Amino acid sequence: MQDKKIFTYIILGFCGLFMIMPFAWMLATSVKSQLEINKGNNGFLPYVEVDYLDLAGDGELLRCKILKPAPGDSLWINIFDENDVIIASYLKVQASKVTHKKSIKLFFSNFAVAWEQVPFGRYFLNTVFVSGISVLGVIITGSLAAYAFARMRFKGKEFIFYLFISMMMVPQPVYLIPSYILLHHLGWLNTYYALIVPWLANIFTIFLLRQQFKSLPQELFDAAAIDGCSRFGALWRIVLPLSKGVIATAAIFAFIGSWNSFMWPLVMTDSEELRVLQVGLSYFSDSASSQTALLMAASTFSILPLVLLFLIAQKQIMASFVSSGLKG
Amino acid sequence: MVKKKFDIGPYLYLLPALVIIIVFRLVPIVLSFVVSFYEWTINGAGDFIGFANYQKLLTDPDFWQSMLNTFYLVIFVVPLSLFLSLVFANFLNGITKLRAFFRTVYYIPTVTSMVAVSIVWKMIYNQETGLMNYLLGLIGIEPLGWLAESRGIFQLMFGSAVPAWAGGPSLALFSIIILTIWKGLGYNTIIYLAGLQNIPETYYEAASIDGANKFTKFFKITLPMVSPTTFYVLMMTTITTFQVFSQIYLMTGPGAATGGPLGTTKVIVYYLYEQGFDKQNLSYASAIALVVFFIILSLTLFQRRLEKKVHY
Repeated sequence: MQDKKIFTYIILGFCGLFMIMPFAWMLATSVKSQLEINKGNNGFLPYVEVDYLDLAGDGELLRCKILKPAPGDSLWINIFDENDVIIASYLKVQASKVTHKKSIKLFFSNFAVAWEQVPFGRYFLNTVFVSGISVLGVIITGSLAAYAFARMRFKGKEFIFYLFISMMMVPQPVYLIPSYILLHHLGWLNTYYALIVPWLANIFTIFLLRQQFKSLPQELFDAAAIDGCSRFGALWRIVLPLSKGVIATAAIFAFIGSWNSFMWPLVMTDSEELRVLQVGLSYFSDSASSQTALLMAASTFSILPLVLLFLIAQKQIMASFVSSGLKG
Repeated sequence: MVKKKFDIGPYLYLLPALVIIIVFRLVPIVLSFVVSFYEWTINGAGDFIGFANYQKLLTDPDFWQSMLNTFYLVIFVVPLSLFLSLVFANFLNGITKLRAFFRTVYYIPTVTSMVAVSIVWKMIYNQETGLMNYLLGLIGIEPLGWLAESRGIFQLMFGSAVPAWAGGPSLALFSIIILTIWKGLGYNTIIYLAGLQNIPETYYEAASIDGANKFTKFFKITLPMVSPTTFYVLMMTTITTFQVFSQIYLMTGPGAATGGPLGTTKVIVYYLYEQGFDKQNLSYASAIALVVFFIILSLTLFQRRLEKKVHY
């Protein structure tokens, strides 16, 4: 039995490596020197190759830099001392006396350079602003609507609910063009409104919260009514406090969706001040297409906030998959 | 009993969500039908042109090429993703230690943005400085063109004796297929894991008493019992694969070259974007959108019917 478990762990570990390999390579490449990347250092180690001169042939090495090849199997070089000061320049030596050594060197400066090259600070602010307001809106409109669906009786309830559910299945590309036309006529193209207002309600959130609100026992509401608690009071004092976990999960999903959305902001805005992170990153990937190290640094700091959020909230997220009634 | 007075309350609670969803979801969906039948510019409706856009689609080679590319994408991504995620979930279900750790590792690609991972994979596939050719080099294999290779994968595998029409997806598209599977695998695995954990342990115990081996248990208990999950995962993966856009926009471009090489990675939603926003053919793009809509709708309905037939 134990042997079989080890086999399972080996397979899982191997697949896990495949899953994180792109991220490992991204991190490694983000601190490489572009020169080394272009020279063929394309693995997982951010090393630099340094040239050394063994002048006397006794193993005592002097740091040098190859300038260009010289005739007769020799090289033109500069020699440096420990403080990177040139102590001999344009020296012609035999090629066999020059050796190379690899040493790990991390270029954290790539992050600063990438951050400065385009206004990533602005992109982050835009994204936090747009995602923050959208999530707030989604939770408010979602709680109100879910409360009505879960705990009230009214005409047309079934109809509206099924209308919502059927629209949830309609993929974004289908309504992208007419949304663009609509936002144009509202005069909202290229404004924050276009990025925020259409996303202030989310059918999935309504669905998720409705499930939760329905599960609360009726006795709670009866007791509240006897104590003279209004309908809104019951929502505020009973339903919401008892649903914190699900609301947090819904908020996290909405936040991830908003943070990662790309096609919508790409189409609906084109001024640089309005660029959200994903759009800014895509423009950056165009303008810095040969700067592998910078691109990997930018990808790293774009991914980081959500990965951290996920790591903090993962228990909540994973639990919601088990309990969200996907049993069919 | 006294007839209840009309209560406006529930509608007030519903109102904010209802307004947003009607204005920004229902209206655009209805409008997309209308737009596709008119000569529509950004400033408003032009002449009614009936089915002209749809007739044009039938003879548009770029449209058919993008349908073929999308078909390749779906036909490779969906089965492979389902198979791999079920296998992963089964292994994860078999362990207790480190399960949370592995679950996290598998899920991380899902929470990261498609834009960022597309950039990372584009660099991984880079012919000169990418990881793929570096790894191939370590085991002595010639570097491949990856995202720049327009030849079909079957042609590359079995030589030029394979005719072009049977060549399969280009290596460029296949590279994107790998990324797409990798990106969605974590989500599907977690859903499958949740499905597996809902299977009562007693079924397996009973099977063990009857002397069933591991494979019998998997095929006779696990597979039928997770079939609702399978249908859900199948449907979601198909729908999302149909909508692939960001990978193409970021990886096989930029600009006019996007969807290359030789149009072999131009998928249907990218073609929609190109027609609608690069070329400002709003009504033609709407017709494409509706084709996408009806394909997804009929796939969904078909899978639903299938599900009813096979439900345990």
